[in-house]
Amino acid sequence: MPWFLRGLREGVVTTRYPARPDAYADGFPAAVAVRPGLPPPDPAEAAALCPTGAIASGADGTRVDRGRCVMCRRCIRLRPDAFAEAAGTATAVIARTALVVPRAEEDEASLERTRAELAARTARFRRSLHIRHVDAGSDGSEEWEIAALTNPVYDIHRLGMFFTASPRHADVLLVTGAGARGMAAPLRRTYEATARPVVVIAAGTDACGGGVFADSYATHGGVAPLADVDIWVPGSPPSPFSLLHALLLATGRLSGSEAAR
Amino acid sequence: MTAPRQTSPATSFPPDRWRHEVTRLVAGDQGARFAGLFGSAESDGGVRLSAYLFPGQAPEPLVLHTDLAAGGLQYPALTTDLPAAFWYERVLHDLFGVVPQGHPRLDPLLLPLRDPGHAPLPGTAHRPQPIDPEESALPRALTGPGVFTIPHGPVRSGVLESVEYLVETPGEDIPRVQIRVFHKHRGVSKAFERRTVDEGVLIAERVEGIASVAHALAFCHAAETCARVDVPWAGRLVRVLYAELERIANHLDVMLKLTDAAGLAVATARFGVHKERVLRLNGRLCGSRFGRSVVMPGGVRALPAVPPGELGAELDRLHSAVTADWRAAMGTPSFLDRLRGTGPLPMPVARRHGALGPIGRASGCAEDARTDRPYDAYGSLALGPPPQYTEGDVMARTRVRGHELTHSFALLSQVVDELRALPDGSPLSVPLPDDLSGESAGWAEGPQGETLYVLRFDRGRVVRCAPRSASFHNLVLFHEVFAGDILTDFPFIEASFGLSIAGVAV
Repeated sequence: MPWFLRGLREGVVTTRYPARPDAYADGFPAAVAVRPGLPPPDPAEAAALCPTGAIASGADGTRVDRGRCVMCRRCIRLRPDAFAEAAGTATAVIARTALVVPRAEEDEASLERTRAELAARTARFRRSLHIRHVDAGSDGSEEWEIAALTNPVYDIHRLGMFFTASPRHADVLLVTGAGARGMAAPLRRTYEATARPVVVIAAGTDACGGGVFADSYATHGGVAPLADVDIWVPGSPPSPFSLLHALLLATGRLSGSEAAR
Repeated sequence: MTAPRQTSPATSFPPDRWRHEVTRLVAGDQGARFAGLFGSAESDGGVRLSAYLFPGQAPEPLVLHTDLAAGGLQYPALTTDLPAAFWYERVLHDLFGVVPQGHPRLDPLLLPLRDPGHAPLPGTAHRPQPIDPEESALPRALTGPGVFTIPHGPVRSGVLESVEYLVETPGEDIPRVQIRVFHKHRGVSKAFERRTVDEGVLIAERVEGIASVAHALAFCHAAETCARVDVPWAGRLVRVLYAELERIANHLDVMLKLTDAAGLAVATARFGVHKERVLRLNGRLCGSRFGRSVVMPGGVRALPAVPPGELGAELDRLHSAVTADWRAAMGTPSFLDRLRGTGPLPMPVARRHGALGPIGRASGCAEDARTDRPYDAYGSLALGPPPQYTEGDVMARTRVRGHELTHSFALLSQVVDELRALPDGSPLSVPLPDDLSGESAGWAEGPQGETLYVLRFDRGRVVRCAPRSASFHNLVLFHEVFAGDILTDFPFIEASFGLSIAGVAV
């Protein structure tokens, strides 16, 4: 009884997202963006700006690969005129190429096809979604952010989303980590045991591209070589709102600009 | 500045003599604490072993080296006289192909390989090809009448890190647990090599993501010792701020997992909200919910983005909310029944092993790097007496964390007062030389315990880094704590350890 009263005293702390915008989600610096209209740094300078090689500079301008960016902000410190923090946690995308910003226009058509294919596959996920998390060599912080989704602030149960212990009951595989080679076999077994249709989410920069462990002898440089990834969430680690954005993408429950990923 | 030099007192011996010296120094009640054993491959094919000991209250570790020549990578194992070296020697075998002769169980720990010739050899310029772990190198033996194995993991129920616990049980009690951590091995030591000092911090923050600040601090302390620079006062204060916020978040996470294991849904929700608030505060202060990219070699990058007055008020609110719920949890009889007497780590075992952090402090090892070998601003702040517990059960570990929470909030309020008194434009960092060379060790008391980094730099680049998390040192104690406990106690014991597998498997 005392615990029950304690719980009541706090009032409602749960976000209204996605039905309503959330101020914390909109203000959170979840990614790096390229400021438009500046002459691009030469390729050598671009390489020196990023310890994980996420910045490339060519004739058509400068691009940041969020799938490699670990948010160390070195580029913003060294070239504040060219790079800036991008506020907003709607960072999940449905194709690896879409993590590279600014996005090339020719990608839009193929993205549209991917989006339609994913929507057809996940039409049944709209009301209820069961999630199986697999750690494939994370640093441990991703697990904290995923576990946070069930705390009263995010409370994904209100959206009909649940974590499940068995891959047999899962609709979504939420995979974290740089693709450690020791996890290749367990991940494959889990993937094969998961019911179809399945959506695979690569959660975090490590899962998207290996992060600082991309070139290690012990990793695959991300989880893409181990499973067919459908949704990519950058961030080191991604914030719970970014993860929620990915789950909502998987269920096709977003509208407007947030859905156009 | 270019000449390589030794910053910690060290001595080199031939292998037999080295073993004798190490075991002599750690023997007895007044013996030194064994803090780690690390290898470093040399370009000539040899391997240098370094044992790190902390004698009594000495401010610096005592380092004992021995050199194994190429072709003779073996030495008499320490483990037979020094059980704390058990996992360290298995790692030497995995990463360097070194054979500690007479080791009681030289099974692979981080990297199962059939051929030691494929070992990745940290410390050399060798760039290993991708290495797939060979599970056939792991033994699958089971002993005891009527005993069967319940495998937990590596993919576990719930949102947890990958680790495989093979629980050997005749049905209810747990005579033995085997721990397999190699699944998560990421080749962290090699990833540090050839990186600049600045980039090294990025990797250190990702060795054990839930203790990012502690790892960044230990790494930077090593670099700063090597360069003989002093961090300015403002930088020291900011470091303490993030380190203590990290401790609070971790201890709340442990309580959250304990209450979850006990089925106290409202308590779990409450601690979840508190933890979220701590992470959000971190995010508001520096843009990262885990305090990353704040600590840099020579100081910190920026002051907290929230003014001290507002920060102090926020911390006060957090403090009273957390304390009230913590007290309520520690007054819930059905909860305490699950903690009391569960998973006891006997004091002699903890002492002999040199158990670190809250696990050690719950079993009579009161050592705390913040008071014993103060770094950053800890020497100038009042920390209060360390918690004194000897029962060593889940209850004692939880009480230790309760004490530490109170201490952390007290430290934070001192830090806020000091930040308020800082003159405008106080320097936050000092530059390190670009051509930093030499060897050194650095440490920081993380939420899990002492984090130790052994580093060698050459002309501004890392050539060898051995990151030793408290999780690595402590997890092996998991073998020792199942006396009389049954399967349903497992989640409580695991949660009360509060460790991260990422920091173990590196």
